[in-house]
Amino acid sequence: MKAFDYAAPASLPEAVGLLASQPAARLLAGGTDLLVQLRSGRKQADVVIDVKKIPELNEITLAPDHSLTIGAAVPCYRLTDHPAIRTHYPALAEVASWIGGTPIQGRASLGGNLCNSAPSADSIPLLIALSASAHLIGPAGRRSVPVEAFCTAPGRNQLAPGELLVAIHIPAPAPHSGAAYLRFIPRNEMDIAVVGAGASLTLANGLIAAARLALSSVAPTPLFVPAAGESLIGQAPTPAALEAAAQLAQAAASPISDMRGSAAYRRHLCAVMARRALELALARAQESK
Amino acid sequence: MSTPTYNVIGTRPIRHDGADKVTGRALYGADLQLARLVHGAILRSPHAHARILRIDTSKAEALPGVFAVVTAADFPPAPADKIVDFGEGDTLLSSLRGNILASGKVLYSGHAVAAVAAVNAHVAAEAAALIDVEYEVLPCVLTAPAAMAPGAPILHDHLPNGNIAETVRYEMGDLAAGFAQASLIVERELDTATVHQGYIEPQNATAFWSTDGRIQIWCSTQGSFVARDATAAVLDLPVSHVKVTPMEIGGGFGGKINVYLEPVAALLSKKAGRPVKLVMSRRDVFTGTGPTPGSRVRVKIGVNPEGKITAAQAWLAYEAGAYPGAMVVPGAMTVFACYDIENILIEGYDVVVNKPSTAAYRAPGAPNSALATETVLDEIAEKLGLDPLTLRLRNAAHEGTRRADGPRYKRIGCVEVLEAMQASPHYNAPLPGPHCGRGVAIGFWFNVGLPSSATLSVNADGTVNLIEGSTDIGGSRASLAMQAAEVLGLRAEDIHPTVVDTDSVGYTGVTGGSRTTFSTGLAVHDAAQLVIAQMKARAARLWAVDHVDFANGVFSANGNSLSFAELAAQLGATGGPVSCSATVNPKGVGGSFAGLITDLHVDPETGKTTVLRVTSVQDAGKAIHPAYVEGQMQGGTAQGLGWALNEEYFMDADGDMRNGSYLDYRMPTALDLPMIETIIVEVPNPGHPFGVRGVGEANIVPPLPSVANALYRATGKRLNRVPMNPATILGL
Ligand SMILES: Cc1cc2nc3c(=O)[nH]c(=O)nc-3n(C[C@H](O)[C@H](O)[C@H](O)COP(=O)(O)OP(=O)(O)OC[C@H]3O[C@@H](n4cnc5c(N)ncnc54)[C@H](O)[C@@H]3O)c2cc1C
Repeated sequence: MKAFDYAAPASLPEAVGLLASQPAARLLAGGTDLLVQLRSGRKQADVVIDVKKIPELNEITLAPDHSLTIGAAVPCYRLTDHPAIRTHYPALAEVASWIGGTPIQGRASLGGNLCNSAPSADSIPLLIALSASAHLIGPAGRRSVPVEAFCTAPGRNQLAPGELLVAIHIPAPAPHSGAAYLRFIPRNEMDIAVVGAGASLTLANGLIAAARLALSSVAPTPLFVPAAGESLIGQAPTPAALEAAAQLAQAAASPISDMRGSAAYRRHLCAVMARRALELALARAQESK
Repeated sequence: MSTPTYNVIGTRPIRHDGADKVTGRALYGADLQLARLVHGAILRSPHAHARILRIDTSKAEALPGVFAVVTAADFPPAPADKIVDFGEGDTLLSSLRGNILASGKVLYSGHAVAAVAAVNAHVAAEAAALIDVEYEVLPCVLTAPAAMAPGAPILHDHLPNGNIAETVRYEMGDLAAGFAQASLIVERELDTATVHQGYIEPQNATAFWSTDGRIQIWCSTQGSFVARDATAAVLDLPVSHVKVTPMEIGGGFGGKINVYLEPVAALLSKKAGRPVKLVMSRRDVFTGTGPTPGSRVRVKIGVNPEGKITAAQAWLAYEAGAYPGAMVVPGAMTVFACYDIENILIEGYDVVVNKPSTAAYRAPGAPNSALATETVLDEIAEKLGLDPLTLRLRNAAHEGTRRADGPRYKRIGCVEVLEAMQASPHYNAPLPGPHCGRGVAIGFWFNVGLPSSATLSVNADGTVNLIEGSTDIGGSRASLAMQAAEVLGLRAEDIHPTVVDTDSVGYTGVTGGSRTTFSTGLAVHDAAQLVIAQMKARAARLWAVDHVDFANGVFSANGNSLSFAELAAQLGATGGPVSCSATVNPKGVGGSFAGLITDLHVDPETGKTTVLRVTSVQDAGKAIHPAYVEGQMQGGTAQGLGWALNEEYFMDADGDMRNGSYLDYRMPTALDLPMIETIIVEVPNPGHPFGVRGVGEANIVPPLPSVANALYRATGKRLNRVPMNPATILGL
């Protein structure tokens, strides 16, 4: 690893200014992706800008309507430990407790997970299912991007030079809705998803009123499958309907073979994990008021 | 034979090194700081097989902060066919050196090619990247069957038989007649992937070559004397010029017997004129040290209607990696070692391939071959409608059984282990539900003797210093101190054990082969006997008697008595301090048998296995410190379960390892295993004063087949390849 300069701005304007003057700088939140990549030589940096000292990036705001804003640098453990998040967003508390392990979760942020833009990122399918958006700031001001449109290729995303992620915003969940993220790993921790599936589902009058499904590790980016969710709208939440939606997710996937699993195995898992995520989301929707 | 009663042996005192280890004070090689220390980096081959056309180190040498660059050209000259032997058998010096720094060809991706010493590790890494190596890439071959096939790329010109480095053959009885008597014959072929020991602490070595030509080395090693002798051989120095100080060691499991870094650090130090430290990364450990061989094993067993084995045949091909020495010999010796069989034929092949040169790993070679034998027996038991343990009991080896490789067993505990498995609460509990299966298997490991030395010095307050040379990997300070305490009539806490460098104690073989508690224990026992004899003589002088008794820590004669501590206080006045040494080379090694009962659940949709319950059973001979015996059993079981289910070197077609990190290598974590239950069986080894057999290895032999058999019961599938990971279970 080569030596680099380090800066830790204490405010958003300072950070934006610094980034404008150092467009090649690397942003550091928890560092659990970045530092590994710098050490292995996969990325280089002359300047590293630590965003953890910026107050807005460390805030968790749960509005009265239960919409949720998570500062980009909030470490995972704060989500897992947050009583209201555990109540209203159990799937989010779960995913935050699965990334890495206990020591990693003391640092790793959802913002970093999103901006690292790995196809396997565990939080992204769930954020897509929850209709989350990414709030960005840059030289041209603020803008918001739906999470499903944020990642563009492995490790690449919509962030323009000089831009940084401020927060992830999740709109208020509808009544009688539930969400889930499930990943398949051969072990029970410390593994990268072979396939992951995030789902949300809203019930009205016994029928499915809204549904969203996204997958990880089966395409160059986390994969939103609108057709899968749409197929469920207006349907009774039967096993056959969920299975049909899962099949649509499987059809949309274009997995590769690597050391974590063959394409054929991943394709098989797509349907299994999608169905199980929908089942869990359904169970949560049925329990929710 | 009546069971002896002990005061210390069989108790569970706190280990002597415990406080240092749990408070982070114990010093490991990476912790070492020395004045003017500089740091090294190693350049490794990106190719699995290539000719080295040219190495240009000039840019690296010119980088500011660089002190030295070395390649194989820096080894002292030696004839190409020079043989060295440092107590481990003959080795070609060129092979030994070749694996340390490649010369002529690189033989695996990760093969060390050059090394740099610089002001810090970052500059060293930068300089290593500046070394320009021109390669002519050659086709590579990655598995034993492929390497044995006609037309395979050839690794070494000096091997007479292509890539087959060694052939082993054991024959007993009349195979054809045996199979003719069989009413049922089952034959299966199973492959295992290359796996790594997975010790937590990476290899490291710091060396200082001083101007008088003497070298000091501090390193993480299972055997300081072997490290010393190998380094001296590689560098062509008198053995007495090399001193090795073993630092604390974070695991080895056989993988820290070979030297990789020590001679390189020494060569760098010689050029730099400063001490040089080399520390491997995890990827270096995976690609640059010795894993255990991948293998193909075919086993054919015939039985009569009662389930008595009439004949057994095995064919084994093990991947040695880049240099000969695949552990196929122990694989062949153990393949049928658990059973009393008249007619046997075993053929084994040691095959070089373009992978890291393999090293020992807990019962090296035995898990691979037991996998085939024990799954074939499971199938036979099923076909005969017999309980799988009953089938094994009908054929179990016992005192007098002759193994195919020659020796007849003395008193062994194979039957007792099987009986303990059959009687265990686990074996008699029902399975929890659908998609669950229970598998059993047993395994054998010889254990070894080898020389060991120890010195005991009696302090005036009655405590005793124990000086020894066995690296403490699994609690051996405690198990050795306890054996001294037992003889001396003291408490374990009264003995102060210290592991010292190679200049400070007599020759001691590696901490390996399950030998330390046995062999070094014997040295300690013998030294303690000498201490007692000398102390008796002092008491005799004190009391002017001819004969002194010693029992329960008290010396007595004619109504006089003195405790050990009381007599210790009078040593100064009776002729001076007492200090006794013993060096042993024991022959009475006792082999150990182990068994494993595995319950698991398979998710039929994902193929994921959950291990629900396991019970490890092993004959310890005598458990000196039962907690550390249990620890060995649990450790071997955990490693075996990981090997069975998920671990493997995932290599691409070019021989590059794609999962060289703990994230992707998929060793089991604490969340992946249940509490591992243990049952210690004690059939004393007649060759050791306390009956010790050694328990470090046999326990890793049964997990592979035990899991395979349980998976069969859960899924109805007999898989033919380890790891039996989720995708393999689903056939995807
Ligand atoms: C042992 C281990 C296990 C892991 N396990 C998992 C796992 O199970 N699941 C999983 O999904 N991931 C896993 N990861 C990856 C990593 O922990 C996660 O992606 C984590 O969420 C990254 O967050 P961070 O805060 O550490 O990001 P950082 O490393 O700080 O940053 C990640 C990337 O985002 C950029 N970035 C950070 N903050 C901003 C910002 N505000 N604006 C713009 N760009 C920014 C950085 O420049 C960098 O490119 C693991 C990593 C390790 C080391």
